[in-house]
Amino acid sequence: MSDLSSSAAKHASRTRWLLLTPALVILVFAASGPLLITLVYSFLTAGAYGGVEWQFSWDAWFNVVFERDIFEDTLGFSDAHLSIFWRSVKLSLLTTLFCIFFGFPTAYFIATRPKKQRDLWMLLIIIPFWTNLLIRTFAVVELIRNEGTVNTVLMALGIIDEPIQMLFTEFAILVGMVYVYLPLMVLPLYASMERLDFSLVEAGYDLYATRLKVLRRVILPLVKPGVIAGSILVFVPSLGAYVTPRVMGGGNQLMIGNLIELQFGQGRNWPLGAALSITLLAIVMIALMVYVRTAGENEVRHG
Amino acid sequence: MTPAISARDLRKVYPGDPPVVALDGVSIDIRDNEFFTLLGPSGCGKTTLLRMIAGFEHPTAGTLSMHGENLLDSPPHKRPVNTVFQSYALFPHLTVSQNISFGLEMLGKPADEIKATVDEMLALVKMEAMADRQTSQISGGQQQRVALARALAPRPRVLLLDEPLSALDFKLRKEMQLELKRLQTETGITFIFVTHDQEEALTMSDRIAVMNAGSVRQIGQPRDIYDHPAERFVADFIGDTNFLAGEIISTENGHAEVRLTSGKTVPAPAPEETQSGRKITLAVRPEHAGISAGNDGLLSGDLREVVYFGTDTHFHVALDDGTAFVVRRQNRPDVASDLQAGTRVSVDFPPLTGQVLRD
Repeated sequence: MSDLSSSAAKHASRTRWLLLTPALVILVFAASGPLLITLVYSFLTAGAYGGVEWQFSWDAWFNVVFERDIFEDTLGFSDAHLSIFWRSVKLSLLTTLFCIFFGFPTAYFIATRPKKQRDLWMLLIIIPFWTNLLIRTFAVVELIRNEGTVNTVLMALGIIDEPIQMLFTEFAILVGMVYVYLPLMVLPLYASMERLDFSLVEAGYDLYATRLKVLRRVILPLVKPGVIAGSILVFVPSLGAYVTPRVMGGGNQLMIGNLIELQFGQGRNWPLGAALSITLLAIVMIALMVYVRTAGENEVRHG
Repeated sequence: MTPAISARDLRKVYPGDPPVVALDGVSIDIRDNEFFTLLGPSGCGKTTLLRMIAGFEHPTAGTLSMHGENLLDSPPHKRPVNTVFQSYALFPHLTVSQNISFGLEMLGKPADEIKATVDEMLALVKMEAMADRQTSQISGGQQQRVALARALAPRPRVLLLDEPLSALDFKLRKEMQLELKRLQTETGITFIFVTHDQEEALTMSDRIAVMNAGSVRQIGQPRDIYDHPAERFVADFIGDTNFLAGEIISTENGHAEVRLTSGKTVPAPAPEETQSGRKITLAVRPEHAGISAGNDGLLSGDLREVVYFGTDTHFHVALDDGTAFVVRRQNRPDVASDLQAGTRVSVDFPPLTGQVLRD
């Protein structure tokens, strides 16, 4: 009897592995493989015309943090890596915050519409998402450039005399990223709000809570999984954003993504690019760990 | 004494095509410390009225006041009213005691007072052992108690209960009915209870308002409503009733002499305005009527069916004028049932047990 059941268990486990194989193959070749190559490259010497020479070196990792040795002249930008890291983290955090700020009321609004209307509202949120990223970004450029819509209207109204320089600033990158990543915040927020039992909101009002208290004590704790998911979905791609800072920042407001691209492109320093990529990955993972742990702690405290 | 809740000509019309009239001129006075029940079929407007008192709905027209003060201008969180929701609406992210303390915290009560009140409430609903449980970890009946404790904790002047027992199983429901009545007596808070269950309404209420299609059909004590239904809807909705056609011969001090289709006459209570010569409907409860073999009773007909129900037996009779009539007789082990379907029977009911309906 026990023999039979143990052989059945063995069979079941073999089937399980067989079923897992396609996923494992993809993971190994498409995720772990490239990552491993990147990791190896970061410890090699840069080739003169790109690529790598198979010679072990700490240079790339050294250059991730220490700028003076290489970056004074050849590449023609003065920003230190650390300030680019800081800008990336800062802009990504701000993007996440603004996405929550704009996404929360939006998701709440949609979730409180009659059921038939909700899909239409969601469609309106998703449509821009289907549009090419570059086109969406240039649309924002068109809005905020010196001869763009905002400046033209403000000048026509006589509020300002000369255009405000908005494009090619950190502000521009922030506007662009918030616009681009907002749907990624609205979708999970909406998903958790749609499941929210609105009689709980009524119960909150009934028990003498003001609107703000209902929001803080009832709605927020209940949709927190959505806020967490949305924040991760926005923060992670923001940190590695490439197109938006390139277009909106105009090449002098770099983020990590642009820096990495520079190393693999003009910079011809693949090991440094690889080291920077791993650094980006590390920043993302540390940020996520800190974030999930803090959010998780709150969860425990609330019970 | 000013009533706890006073509604005058409340109307609620939801726009649409055609517009839906949820409340069609409702006027009710609910006394202080009263267990008042709004009873009616679904869609009769009872929940709309309750939500209006809570502040979740605004009337299209009419006035609503509490202890003489206008209620309609205050938002829900400023009304000294708490609700026990049909789905309980317990906060899933809070423990049992955190749920109960929520309202007190929002009122800004000091911490020691909150703690004392929460303990008191936990004891009141016998949930002390569950204080730190998550609301998802307790049974339906227990959730019900927590919802009650949460709503009672801030000492509202009026407690609103929206079909709170409908999700419980039969036995638990019976238990909670008594429990609710006990809580109401102990706390002295005015309870306004919404239900579609007539039995629930009859057992717990001090007074009942029977509602239908957005208006109040009758208000009275349970016994009044059961024994003297004012109209066909009330008689039909509460308990089982036989309706007999009749004609008023004479009236005197609220009693009328009614001639039945069999030609025999019987005295019955009647509304004030009833006039002689009018064709009316007489309502007779099945348990008030008697049945025997023969032809010489108030009414006679053919016994069609005998249904045994344990506590009692139902006799379905087709009267000579074609009306269906049910007689209910309590069973006793020492009395054998003698009547068989197909026999000729006479149906009787004592004077003043029928009720002349207003319609």
